[in-house]
Amino acid sequence: MNSPDHAAQVVGVHAGDSAPATAAGTTSFQGTGMAATAQGYNFAYLDEQTKRMIRRAILKAVAIPGYQVPFGSREMPLPYGWGTGGIQVTAAIIGPNDVLKVIDQGSDDTTNAVNIRRFFAATTGVATTERTTQASIIQTRHRIPETPLAEGQVLVYQVPIPEPLRWLEPSETETRRMHALEEYGLMHVKLYEDIAHYGHIATTYDYPVRVNGRYLMRPSPIPKFDNPKMDMNPALQLFGAGREKRIYAVPPYTRVESLDFEDHPFEIQTWDECCEFCGSKGSFLDEIVIDDAGGRMFVCSDSDYCSQRRAGQANGGDAVAAQQSQQSQQSPNVTGVPGVPGVSDRPPAQPAETASS
Amino acid sequence: MATASASAPEFSSTHGPLLRVNAVTRLYGERTGCRNVSFDLHQGEVLAIAGESGSGKTTLLNCIAGRSRPTAGTVEYNLRHEGLRDIYRLSEARLRLLARTDWGFVHQNPRDGLRIDVSAGANVGERLMAIGDRHYGRIRDTTGDWMRRVELDTSRIDDAPATFSGGMQQRLQIARNLVTHPRLMFMDEPTASLDVSVQARLLDLLRGLASELGLAAIVVTHDLAVARLLAHRLLIMKSGEVVESGLTDQVLDDPQHPYTQLLVSSVLQA
Ligand SMILES: Nc1ncnc2c1ncn2[C@@H]1O[C@H](COP(=O)(O)OP(=O)(O)OP(=O)(O)O)[C@@H](O)[C@H]1O
Ligand SMILES: [Mg+2]
Ligand SMILES: [Zn+2]
Repeated sequence: MNSPDHAAQVVGVHAGDSAPATAAGTTSFQGTGMAATAQGYNFAYLDEQTKRMIRRAILKAVAIPGYQVPFGSREMPLPYGWGTGGIQVTAAIIGPNDVLKVIDQGSDDTTNAVNIRRFFAATTGVATTERTTQASIIQTRHRIPETPLAEGQVLVYQVPIPEPLRWLEPSETETRRMHALEEYGLMHVKLYEDIAHYGHIATTYDYPVRVNGRYLMRPSPIPKFDNPKMDMNPALQLFGAGREKRIYAVPPYTRVESLDFEDHPFEIQTWDECCEFCGSKGSFLDEIVIDDAGGRMFVCSDSDYCSQRRAGQANGGDAVAAQQSQQSQQSPNVTGVPGVPGVSDRPPAQPAETASS
Repeated sequence: MATASASAPEFSSTHGPLLRVNAVTRLYGERTGCRNVSFDLHQGEVLAIAGESGSGKTTLLNCIAGRSRPTAGTVEYNLRHEGLRDIYRLSEARLRLLARTDWGFVHQNPRDGLRIDVSAGANVGERLMAIGDRHYGRIRDTTGDWMRRVELDTSRIDDAPATFSGGMQQRLQIARNLVTHPRLMFMDEPTASLDVSVQARLLDLLRGLASELGLAAIVVTHDLAVARLLAHRLLIMKSGEVVESGLTDQVLDDPQHPYTQLLVSSVLQA
């Protein structure tokens, strides 16, 4: 499982991570990924029996899209807030030939992403990458990559709270019954309350969806901007909640609809600005404060997407740029109003530029 | 699952009784909740169940309303196209749909019957959303109409029920149930938590709505004055059994059973 070829590939694809003691991490695995997997641990840390148990849960989840399958969540050498559900799912599906990408808020470089990537590099020896197109498994928190995913790729989400009905119904027995009987009116009560109090649906993250016309699902705290990407996606989408011990899935090419009202249709965030670095008008932008005088700029939250675009521009508009422009035709065309993450959107400046579920 | 229309999907047949309670017994282990209760209820008819504390009124009501399976006996409801059907033989999904469209349930404590965390409007609109209404403006209009009909100030539509008085909360609970045009309402001591002056107004409102809407209702009360004001017919319960029943005025003016006589005289004394 850990040939020298592999080790070479790790270095080649993602040399940065293998340098020891570069970042403060919470795991003991940092810096061990270069030449061999960590001694004394099974491949991907979990024992084979646990992995089989998790795979059975995943298979059931794939068979019933959007349904939350309980599983025997294990203690992981990372705190719960770090995405132990997603890590266990990844550990159960990863093989020696996989290429792993880990993102947090769209970035490969946050402490969380770096540590999870290191953890798997150390315990599996697999190649890691920052390139969305080169990854076979992408573990994510808070974003779906801007670059469209392809058949054969797996997107693993880290889920803090899996139950969409939890906000108003604290009883697990009752929420299970509501799922079984498709009693989902309560979810619209929440959207109703948004409109009554704010004049529009103010939910901007973890926006509830209906999967395959059946199960109500929490997409994890991704921005609603990413919701349309879940719909009919060619990749397999797996969701893992460690603390709550639930796994659920959206198989490739499955319908995913964002809930809304006829007279208040689902809309994604839009921005007046474009990315300061790559000029993108079709990606999710983060606002960054750049000086004490209140100066700000907007940049792509997806760092790989941004750097690929810049590389393409440096080459004078090559295939990458062509691919991007094609992509922004498919995805909802986004320009317009600022949507600072965490702050509800203002009304869209251009009515056509919204996506209805 | 349900149509997008705001009206109740289950309409009762116009033939025969709306509800048939047949020899219903509910035991709690050795203890009797209620025993061998039978009666028919017709469209538009209001029935009161009275009796002292512990006589089995709430137990019987919960059996009839599909909330607690009887130990023996049947509860049949007149479903459209199907006539009388044993409600405990319906699927859970169907029974729950029936209970939140064609029936209503008003609790003694409004906190048991309201969602205290969401606005008054959301409380009233919830049933509409539950049966598939997906038009915010329409839900809001209907909600406002029902708030007016129960004499709630529509300017309070976005306020939390916790900021309402007890009487207002009860009226909100009633509006929340009526929004799907149910045929049958169950009420467990609907006025008992209220001040006497507020009770009278609410009873007036209930009586007006019931006759206007042709509602059938089963009202549990320990207060014979409530029965007198609201109910066409009256059941008197003692130790889980019905000891006397008949037209309300008849039972109250000329009680036959010694227990009823005692109840009526104690009311007169009070
Ligand atoms: N969940 C239960 N478990 C055991 N016994 C119960 C239960 N509920 C009611 N009982 C018993 O059944 C009998 C009838 O109770 P019930 O609550 O139906 O009376 P009630 O007429 O509604 O009284 P009240 O006027 O005080 O509300 C009582 O003896 C009561 O103790
Ligand atoms: Mg009672
Ligand atoms: Zn960019």
